[in-house]
Amino acid sequence: MSAAATNDDFVQPTSFAFSEANLAEAKKHIAKYPKGRQASAVMPLLWLAQYQEGWVSRVAMDVIAEMLEMAPIRVYEVATFYTMYNLKPVGKHLVQICRTTPCWLRGSDGLTEMCKKKLGVDLHGTSADGKFTIMEVECLGACVNAPMVQINDDFYEDLTPETLAKVLDELAAGRQPKIGPQVDRLNSAPEGGMTTLKDVAKGAGQ
Amino acid sequence: MPKMTIDGIEIEVPAGINVLQACELAGKEIPRFCYHERLSVAGNCRMCLVEQEKAPKPIASCAMPVAEGMVIKTDTPLVRKARNGVMEFLLINHPLDCPICDQGGECDLQDQAMAYGRGFSRYAEEKRAVTDKEFGPLVKTVMTRCIQCTRCIRFATEIAGTETLGGVSRGEHLEITTYVEKTLDSELSGNLIDVCPVGALTSKPYAFTARPWELVKTDSIDVADATGTNIRLDTRGREVLRVLPRLNEDVNEEWMADKGRFNVDGLMRQRLDRPYVRVDGKLKPATWTEALDAIAAKLKGLDGKKIAAIAGDLCDAESMFALKEVMTSLGSGNLDCRQDGAAVDPKVRASYLFNTTIAGIEKADAILLIGTNPRWEAPIVNARIRKRYLKGGLKVAAIGPKYDLTYPVDVLGAGADTLGQFANGSHAFAQVLKDAKAPMLIVGMGALARPDGAAILAQAKAVADACGLIKEGWNGFNVLQTAAGRVAGLELGFVPKQGGRDIAGILDGTRKGEIEFVYLLGADEIDPSHFGKAFVVYQGHHGDRGAHRADVVLPGAAYTEKDGTYMNLEGRAQLAMLAIFPPGEAKEDWAILRALSEKLGKPLGYDTLDQLRTKLYQANKRFQRLNAVEPAFWEDFGHMGSMGAGSTDAKPFASPIANYYMTDPISRASATMAECTEAFVSPKKKTGTHG
Ligand code: SF4
Ligand code: FES
Ligand code: FES
Repeated sequence: MSAAATNDDFVQPTSFAFSEANLAEAKKHIAKYPKGRQASAVMPLLWLAQYQEGWVSRVAMDVIAEMLEMAPIRVYEVATFYTMYNLKPVGKHLVQICRTTPCWLRGSDGLTEMCKKKLGVDLHGTSADGKFTIMEVECLGACVNAPMVQINDDFYEDLTPETLAKVLDELAAGRQPKIGPQVDRLNSAPEGGMTTLKDVAKGAGQ
Repeated sequence: MPKMTIDGIEIEVPAGINVLQACELAGKEIPRFCYHERLSVAGNCRMCLVEQEKAPKPIASCAMPVAEGMVIKTDTPLVRKARNGVMEFLLINHPLDCPICDQGGECDLQDQAMAYGRGFSRYAEEKRAVTDKEFGPLVKTVMTRCIQCTRCIRFATEIAGTETLGGVSRGEHLEITTYVEKTLDSELSGNLIDVCPVGALTSKPYAFTARPWELVKTDSIDVADATGTNIRLDTRGREVLRVLPRLNEDVNEEWMADKGRFNVDGLMRQRLDRPYVRVDGKLKPATWTEALDAIAAKLKGLDGKKIAAIAGDLCDAESMFALKEVMTSLGSGNLDCRQDGAAVDPKVRASYLFNTTIAGIEKADAILLIGTNPRWEAPIVNARIRKRYLKGGLKVAAIGPKYDLTYPVDVLGAGADTLGQFANGSHAFAQVLKDAKAPMLIVGMGALARPDGAAILAQAKAVADACGLIKEGWNGFNVLQTAAGRVAGLELGFVPKQGGRDIAGILDGTRKGEIEFVYLLGADEIDPSHFGKAFVVYQGHHGDRGAHRADVVLPGAAYTEKDGTYMNLEGRAQLAMLAIFPPGEAKEDWAILRALSEKLGKPLGYDTLDQLRTKLYQANKRFQRLNAVEPAFWEDFGHMGSMGAGSTDAKPFASPIANYYMTDPISRASATMAECTEAFVSPKKKTGTHG
């Protein structure tokens, strides 16, 4: 299994409780399913727990198991099956580097190398200051602006090792860098502004 | 019933079965790993691939329901190639450690690799390795050997009802584990070893002990509880090395409980292997002649009223029958096979049998448990109740402590008071029983083996009558016996004769000095202080409580060392065969009693076991009808014999078993059972190192 989940080099917390807002949200999810089928809500609840704490601790899984009246092992199976659940603590900024073919062809390996060197960690490692955790993930659906990374909820696109390093510096300094393409373009529009459909076609609008 | 064609054979098969089962009906063997008749279908190993006409690719036969007009081919080049491919994939990560694997010789993977393996490997990369898991003292894990068939997970979840096993991570990283490395807290955990098709889960106590082809196999009956589980003893030389369940759909299906499977090391320890006679307060080794002479001398001229005999929990019918005849010849009517004083009525079969039968549980739709913890008293019976529960629509309620029985149970009350509300129909659950088509009650020794037991039995009977538990073709009144020898003892009348004393009377007599001679046939569950100054003879196989108090010790045979008849809690007579010979000078029990009768000058009328059995069968035909259950007459109940009078005590019911793993002389002598006690029962439970 992913060594991450068994070889604990960290302390598992002893308690977990959903915040009031998340508890309300969780109840909404549970209510979506017929009685006796609450277990169907396990994924959104795990996600909520992760959203709240940054990762899913064992006690959080126990709490969820109890809420959904399922055996803890069943929750554990789900949580370990999906790679998007973090089963150990992550840094303040979770840097997920896309490594699927388009990003890879456009140099994602260089991004990973830069992060490893800059932060002094391996994949799945957390920097000494607790600010960054890096990991590689599969396609995040922004291939058109490859290579890209996701940091917490935001996409940073059209990266080079240098521009990504700048983004990390900004974040480390507590500032919010520009989200989206790191080159001069709007979303996935052409670099340097529009190139086509700039003038009205002859005869149009007549 | 759909008609289909399998390898050119036209066959009509029952609807609802799968293609694999249909192929078996047509006499075609289909290789498989994940499929197991008694577990849900997982369809994940792909070894059972067959060709179906008009299907674009081979199908997994275990996961495909049969349909009208299907044409199946089980032995085509395509099928072979597909299975070869599956086998090659399975072997990619399977270690080549058969020479040091305990499954060797009885491994599905090994066998099927002979048929479908390519004989060499094209895989040159590194194999995956998986850390072993800690499942407690019974199940050894070598997880690198696991082929992820998930049978163990399904067994634990479905049959055992202890949802602790699971598969974590995925793909190449999938591992079978317990949640946070918990041990497996189940009385059925040994069956995991049987369901695992490879050597990933093997028996820890049996590790590296023997190869299957070295073992001599003997059919026997488990005596660790009263279920009468059919077992096979695997022996080498003079030792029983392991115990495996045998198939008996009516009793244990193909499962067995852990105590009987793993207590066999106790058969090699603390054994009585020679006679002893107490001289100057100390037990001294003696010869058979000396020991029998000492008994004869004591009995000489002793009035039958001053003599008593008690039969223990593990006794075979033959030896109890012989002892009963010896007692008759001595003019004594003081005999009892109910060490715990359980107040069942020996004259009325319905009052001490599990009348519904074990298989009958599957028809029940409401069950009331009275003073019993079936999970510990008869794990196999409990597994049947769970099986029934899983089919849905079963209501279970209990009077007594709350136990985790692996199915939901409504605890209605603690003791006889609640039971009283059933008899007069005022309890809400009484209505549930009345409305049920096939209602049952199961009353345990926790309710009957107490001073007010007779009154509770009477009350339970009243409940059965009041709530309609007895109907045409259905008897829902059940007593859950816990001792393997008990029903046989009751059937052959090892109970007080007219005017004789029962167990309480006997012990009262010994305390007062009115009884001067007590013969204990494997009876170890009585506090020796009750015997007062009486002369005690202990005949049995272990140096347990009874032998320590005895004045003369006669070494007998354990259930593995004699041919014996046992009657299970349903009243089903079953034969256990001799697998090994008793140790040292110990002898088969009936033969000891025969020799003693000779010494007493009143020889029993038989010289061989066959002759004894002929007499036994004359006395009670049911011992002859092997593996059959004869329904008991309900009408006798309350009319024949005496119906319990007196009032009930408000004291809460409690199961007589405080520790599942140690209930008899064999399990108390077993080191494995001691480890289980440590791991599962004693409060200083080991917890994981983290979390
Ligand atoms: S341990 Fe055995 S039974 Fe369990 S999944 Fe692995 S191979 Fe199957
Ligand atoms: S490949 Fe990187 S976002 Fe799709
Ligand atoms: S036996 Fe059919 S897929 Fe495993």
